[in-house]
Amino acid sequence: MKRCLSILFAAALLFAASAAPAATPDNALVMAWQFDDIITLDPAEIFEFSGAEFAGNAYDRLIGYDVDNVEEIYGLAAESWEVGDDGKTYTFKIRKGMTFSSGNPVTAEDAAFSLQRTVILNKSPGFILTQFGFTADNVREKIKAADDHTLVLETDKAYAPTFVLYCLTSTVGSVVDKKTVMAHEKDGDLGHAWLRTNYAGSGPFALNAWKASELLMLDANETYWDGAPAMKRVMIRHIPEPATQRLLLEKGDIDIARNLGPDQIKGLTGNADIKIHSAPKGGIFYLGFNQKHPILSKPQVRQALKYLVDYQGMADSILKGTMVVHQAFLPKGFLGALLETPFSFDPEKAKKLLADAGHPDGFTVSMDTRNNFPTLDMAQAIQSSFAQGGVKVEILPMDGKQALTKYRARNHEIYIGRWGPDYQDPHTNADTFASNPDNSDDAAAKPLAWRNAWDIPEMTEKTQAAVRERDPKKRARMYLGLQKEHQQRSPFVIMFQDIEVAAERANVENFILGPSFDSNFYRFVTK
Amino acid sequence: MFDRLRTLTGGRAFRVLVKILGILVSVALTFLGLLFVTFIIGRVVPIDPVLAAVGDRAPDAVYERVRMELGLHLPLYQQFWIYLTKVFQGDLGRSVLTANPVAADILRVFPATLELATAATIIGVILGVPMGVTAAVHQGRWPDGVFRVVGLFGYSVPVFWLGLMGLLLFYGKLGWVPGPGRLDVFYEGILESKTGVILIDSALAGDWIIFRNALSHLILPSAILGYFSLAYISRMTRSFMLEQLNQEYITTARVKGVAEWRVVWVHALGNVWVPLVTVIALSYGNLLEGSVLTETVFAWPGLGFYLTKSLLSADMNAVLGSTIVVGSVFIGINLLSDAVYRLLDPRAR
Repeated sequence: MKRCLSILFAAALLFAASAAPAATPDNALVMAWQFDDIITLDPAEIFEFSGAEFAGNAYDRLIGYDVDNVEEIYGLAAESWEVGDDGKTYTFKIRKGMTFSSGNPVTAEDAAFSLQRTVILNKSPGFILTQFGFTADNVREKIKAADDHTLVLETDKAYAPTFVLYCLTSTVGSVVDKKTVMAHEKDGDLGHAWLRTNYAGSGPFALNAWKASELLMLDANETYWDGAPAMKRVMIRHIPEPATQRLLLEKGDIDIARNLGPDQIKGLTGNADIKIHSAPKGGIFYLGFNQKHPILSKPQVRQALKYLVDYQGMADSILKGTMVVHQAFLPKGFLGALLETPFSFDPEKAKKLLADAGHPDGFTVSMDTRNNFPTLDMAQAIQSSFAQGGVKVEILPMDGKQALTKYRARNHEIYIGRWGPDYQDPHTNADTFASNPDNSDDAAAKPLAWRNAWDIPEMTEKTQAAVRERDPKKRARMYLGLQKEHQQRSPFVIMFQDIEVAAERANVENFILGPSFDSNFYRFVTK
Repeated sequence: MFDRLRTLTGGRAFRVLVKILGILVSVALTFLGLLFVTFIIGRVVPIDPVLAAVGDRAPDAVYERVRMELGLHLPLYQQFWIYLTKVFQGDLGRSVLTANPVAADILRVFPATLELATAATIIGVILGVPMGVTAAVHQGRWPDGVFRVVGLFGYSVPVFWLGLMGLLLFYGKLGWVPGPGRLDVFYEGILESKTGVILIDSALAGDWIIFRNALSHLILPSAILGYFSLAYISRMTRSFMLEQLNQEYITTARVKGVAEWRVVWVHALGNVWVPLVTVIALSYGNLLEGSVLTETVFAWPGLGFYLTKSLLSADMNAVLGSTIVVGSVFIGINLLSDAVYRLLDPRAR
């Protein structure tokens, strides 16, 4: 037995010696990231944060926007575009000389096919295109290639061109290789079953390996039309535990850790080998007051509660750099975003407003809360700040999907939640926060305004007008006005905007964190 | 008909045949019950599997279509029946979360768990049994005390904490072992997967660099997990040994002048192996279910992590597929330990 043990010990030491950590190679990017939300790699189906980031790096979309100035839209697979006088016809000139990883050339036919299949398959993000009147029956007529390098798209109505263009900057605007995809078609699925776990794109990186919740490996596209990336390979490993991510980063075994919590980030400050990189993201945290509730439906009460949230206190104590105070329904990074924050914690003012509303001694109300970080922590902070105005909050913690089911049935009193935009156009949030075409219980559409039973025919009309405005500057002004009115009147207390934080080794440069997840780019990274 | 069979095959062969048939029927019934209970639990928990497939923000039309595609509008018994007929055709369905066939997913995650659990059990047995024996021999004295404290620690400290501390010390501070994962990321995708167990695959391919790398990655997680099985095995060994050491045949052996090491390690331990095999088999079975916390800390893509994630998203095909695997493991281990039992104990033959 003794001999056996000594052999084991010697073996352990031998292998330990060989396992000394080394820095990552100069031309490879190694990243730790929680990407277990990826359920598909097909751009016609991708609607998750991590999946969108994959598509943003591996596929070329028709067009993109400048991550520092969202008003600037530029061409990717399409080098130029025109909007017809009728406001319904969009003509894109497809860039010449681009090739897919298969070697096939990128043509207008591929672009048309990609958009058509998104409409025909109509998966979760399909509505981003079908909202322009495309259906499985008409899409082959309405979106087609006029020649090898001209794509023509015809919407059902004249929308704001920026609305149509911003929608095409999202993942559904990715161009897939028609020949490769159709070679794998089964039972008329347009290659969907195959593309869910495979790749047929022309982006700066091509998929090398994919193992769900384990590994995502991308190789540089050496013939990329805009220049080959400096990183020849990007290796991303799913590391679920943030503490483990931090350890890997400190040891230099990875270049970037993507999911550190406030505490880990704090622990890294002062470490010269590591820098913290952050950028605002589109998600916003808000409270929704159900307007079926007799007290919450009083305007002064809604106003009072907006003064009973300790915005800055929460940002400093709980969120520590992972969110920033933001009080309008369009997050920073969107066309027409309102950056003013008129509300701050003011219990005296709130008490006065509550007395005016006939509740000088406050009232009791319940709040449906997802039992995760930071929702529950925020709910507790709000419970204590509301109490200073005499409002007693009963927190009802529950599973996320359970909370959502209750919210969708309008059975809550106060709901605390997060909302992420579906695409990079202001209409995505305006349409849910400031539009409610039918407030009846069996309405077909269930935007957030409906979920909180907020009946707003006039504001709905304004939201619809903004989405038809063809002048971008005027359109931006319309959203500013809409947000100002919404900020004061609505039953929503918009509190914070997400900040995405990546911790990087000091030698990593130019990892781009854009305003949405499909605009986090690896192609400019150098080390 | 049975009589004819009996005459045709002869009495002994017939008995064996009936026995095998009996085992098969009981295995089939066990599986059916297991699947049924898992299926019902999966369907009554207040988690909507459609949300896992389409996300929170899908339009209602898409939501409804996916609900129909998943067959969730049908009555429960019908859903179960459809699932069962598919399983009998060898189709475990597709996972909603990974978009892969469940069978392919399991073939990927189970070998990872198998590798870890086997290494952990080997550590648990190699260290746990001698510790238990030594503690029993020195009952009430310091070696007993030390081993009991070691065992108690293994029982009461959360594996999650121990895993993180292990990483911090042996990887972070001392640099003796590599970080989490089954391989350094640079070795990923080089080796062709035949069995899925990297140690075996790399040895078959003669790729000793990958073999060493995989082994060095295995040391820490298997040691941590092995510590927990060690705690259990040493405790059980100690109590089995104490029981044996008080038996008359031990006294007889000592009186006859048999050397003390022989009395302990051959006579007493020889008789302890029989119940101990069951204990070890059960502990191995538990590890084969996957240890979700260890897998999370060490980013080990095993069955526990896969099963837990599928459960929380009500990804029922994946949950049921994993249940079949876990069920098979337990039934297999039980049959195996029965066989070993017979081998070790002549009375059971």
